[in-house]
Amino acid sequence: MHALLGENGAGKSTLMNVLYGLLQPDEGEIILRGERVHIGSPREAIGMRIGMVHQHFMLIPVMTVAENVVLASEPRKGALLDVDAAEQRVHELSERFGLAVDPRAYVEDIGVGQQQRVEILRVLHRGADVLILDEPTAVLTAQETAELFKVLRALTAEGVSVIFISHKLREVLEIADRVTVLRRGSKIDTVDTEGATEASLAKLMVGRDVLFRVEKDAASAGEPLLEIKDLEVEDDRGLPAVRGLSLQVRAGEIVGVAGVDGNGQSELVEAITGLRAPHGGHIRVAGTDVTGGGVQGALAAGVGHIAEDRHRRGLVLDFSLAENLALREYRRPPLSRFGLLSPKRMEQQARPLLEQYDVRGGRPETTAGSLSGGNQQKVVIARELAEEPRVTIAAQPTRGLDVGAIEFVHRRLLEQRDAGRGVLLVSLELEEIRSLSDRVLVIYEGRIVAELAPDVSDEELGVAMLGGKVRA
Amino acid sequence: MSDEGGPGTITVASRLAGFMRGGGVLIPLVTAFLAFLVGGLVVAAAGANPIDTYEAIFEGSGLNWLFPWVTGDDRTLAALNLQQTLILTTPLILTGLAVAFAFRAGLFNIGGQGQYLVGTFAAVYVGSSLEGTPAFLHVVLAIVAGSLAGALWAGIAGLLKATTGANEVVSTIMLNWTAVYLGSYLFTLGGPLHSDDPAAASIPVSPDIHESARLPVFWGDPELQGLHIGIFIALVAAILFWVLLNRSVTGYEVRAVGFNPDAAEYAGISAGRNYVKVMLICGLLAGLAGTLDVLGWQFRVATNDIQVSQTGYYGIAVALLGRNTAFGTVAAALLFGALLNGTSVRNLDPAVFDPQLATNLTWIIQGLIVLFVSAPVLITYLSPGRLRRRFRRRPAEARAG
Repeated sequence: MHALLGENGAGKSTLMNVLYGLLQPDEGEIILRGERVHIGSPREAIGMRIGMVHQHFMLIPVMTVAENVVLASEPRKGALLDVDAAEQRVHELSERFGLAVDPRAYVEDIGVGQQQRVEILRVLHRGADVLILDEPTAVLTAQETAELFKVLRALTAEGVSVIFISHKLREVLEIADRVTVLRRGSKIDTVDTEGATEASLAKLMVGRDVLFRVEKDAASAGEPLLEIKDLEVEDDRGLPAVRGLSLQVRAGEIVGVAGVDGNGQSELVEAITGLRAPHGGHIRVAGTDVTGGGVQGALAAGVGHIAEDRHRRGLVLDFSLAENLALREYRRPPLSRFGLLSPKRMEQQARPLLEQYDVRGGRPETTAGSLSGGNQQKVVIARELAEEPRVTIAAQPTRGLDVGAIEFVHRRLLEQRDAGRGVLLVSLELEEIRSLSDRVLVIYEGRIVAELAPDVSDEELGVAMLGGKVRA
Repeated sequence: MSDEGGPGTITVASRLAGFMRGGGVLIPLVTAFLAFLVGGLVVAAAGANPIDTYEAIFEGSGLNWLFPWVTGDDRTLAALNLQQTLILTTPLILTGLAVAFAFRAGLFNIGGQGQYLVGTFAAVYVGSSLEGTPAFLHVVLAIVAGSLAGALWAGIAGLLKATTGANEVVSTIMLNWTAVYLGSYLFTLGGPLHSDDPAAASIPVSPDIHESARLPVFWGDPELQGLHIGIFIALVAAILFWVLLNRSVTGYEVRAVGFNPDAAEYAGISAGRNYVKVMLICGLLAGLAGTLDVLGWQFRVATNDIQVSQTGYYGIAVALLGRNTAFGTVAAALLFGALLNGTSVRNLDPAVFDPQLATNLTWIIQGLIVLFVSAPVLITYLSPGRLRRRFRRRPAEARAG
């Protein structure tokens, strides 16, 4: 098992796309099983027993697991698909590698972790013995990750080579035998994980020492800036997602909300930021009631929002950086007057922000879509924090970022705190919650079920997140 | 894939986005050229000489007036032809902008035709009533009525989209047919707006508009259908289109919704309200196109005109070829105006190419342009980057083999 480690934009995915025949090398060669090969297309890659599981799954939601697995190499009975044989085959494969899935379930009905297994099964079904996984854990919860690792160990025991792409140091250390570190498109080094540490890998990856523990002074919390009382919010299907939740964020503190994904976190964030109208309860920002005031109401009250998904919500990828940075303020002078925009002032506003927030390769007229993920997130953060919001709602602010960018984001959030503003941090990364937060709230089924100190043990936090009682 | 594509990675998708976004004029020119090339093959297949045919169409369009060496009678004829070309260009600019504006907001407005038609209805109604109104005021009233009618017509589709999520493609197409039959009803014999002129007793046509509602002719003879000032109104509309889209808060919101409705919502922009606003503006433009046609040179609406009119539909091809920009739309409208006029039965020399076939040639070229523009994958697939990579692969293969 070989891991490929590198910052966002270091060239990991590009390299793997070359291996899978999606891109052609300009120079150089690929040696497979001792022979020089040319891989012109994914089809040829499959023929050479190379399989790839993309970060975004390529499954057909309305078909069953078995149908997805055998797709493009179906067992036939005459002209028809032999459903029994397909299910049998899936069953065999899943037994052999410990990949439990129901062959008859529809892909759209199963969870993300299961879908990933289907992807792996599909690759195995085609006889691959070189398996490429592109950031497989990015979408998984901690438990699902642990199960995936069990499967991967079983695979290597069966003689399958696994290339594991990640920027998560701990996972790489846990699962891989050897690690190749990439930086800016070149190989920096290949090391054995035996004897390597997170710090040594991070140094190779970023090219300098990285602080892991966030250094912070004790919080000096002041008056409450965000008060939520008995909040009730429904999800898209009209089912209650947040049920009578109350919490407080005071000036000068970071409050972390920990929980298993899908316990109402997204709905809570959307309600506070005005994207979703609450069903009941109250939201107050610095004493002003903003319940049901919409996005503009929340904005006016001083709520900054680092959105969970920067591609979907945080940025207009086809807009220039100047236009993206104006997304919150374009309605008001100086960016616009009498309904007319001033591109010049938008640019004047953008230039110092891009510099201050260290957006690399970003000029005001660059389109957001052409930046790497870390730099895109810096643009989002620049926009949200530039106005010095009273409360910043940071939802998964470091998802998909490399260590260097994570450090940057954390530092900025701490600056907010130290400047006497409030931060509500909603994250699935427990390590992030524990290292940044002054208080940790545990959300379970739409309610806050526990308030813990950030240095609480993993076990206690885990028990609380699953709705168990915590010994006080 | 993850966030990283790596700098310099060119995918078909990114090139496609570049094509739709880019301000370049090269690809539209190549598109038009390819369309004319294939059109030329059709002409050759019909047994005529493509080069002579295109030359005849060019002269029929009057664009040779722009060449200083065309003098004397030729120049007089060219001027007449060019006036007709520009008369046809005027509404095409506006129906093109009506489609382009919707595209920029992520909507597909196929309803330009219906919006154009209701614009003509309202204009002819106001123009033929209110006798005795001072000329300037009468024109203004008719323009306001025609534009508003178009705006409301399109607004229906916008409102349906915003409230029920009804697809605007379906609703605008249906509204096109509703407009056609509404017109047939209004102007049919004994219909509510049928002309009361005894000479028109057996013709399904509207009353003529009053002199006071006619747009002044500034080039050529008013009796010979000279060029009316509508072309300037259309050009001003194109400039306002550019300002609105690129320099206004509304345009910023429209583009944000067009590119990414979720991010727009995040910024506090209501996508639904935007859809209504956008469709109102689109309808305003298309309704204005119909109004200018009625006030400028048609002066009346007949039911058979309604059925054969294509001005709104041509707007789709105009917008696509013009890449949904103001300047591009004006240029594409001129191209289509010239093509329509140059291939008309009246203007094309029958010795070179049968004008009956020529009208179809316009259709073929229009169809090809829509095809080439809607399938830009074809062009991007053949773009130099891809070709270069193909060539580079060869030696590698040779070495490997």
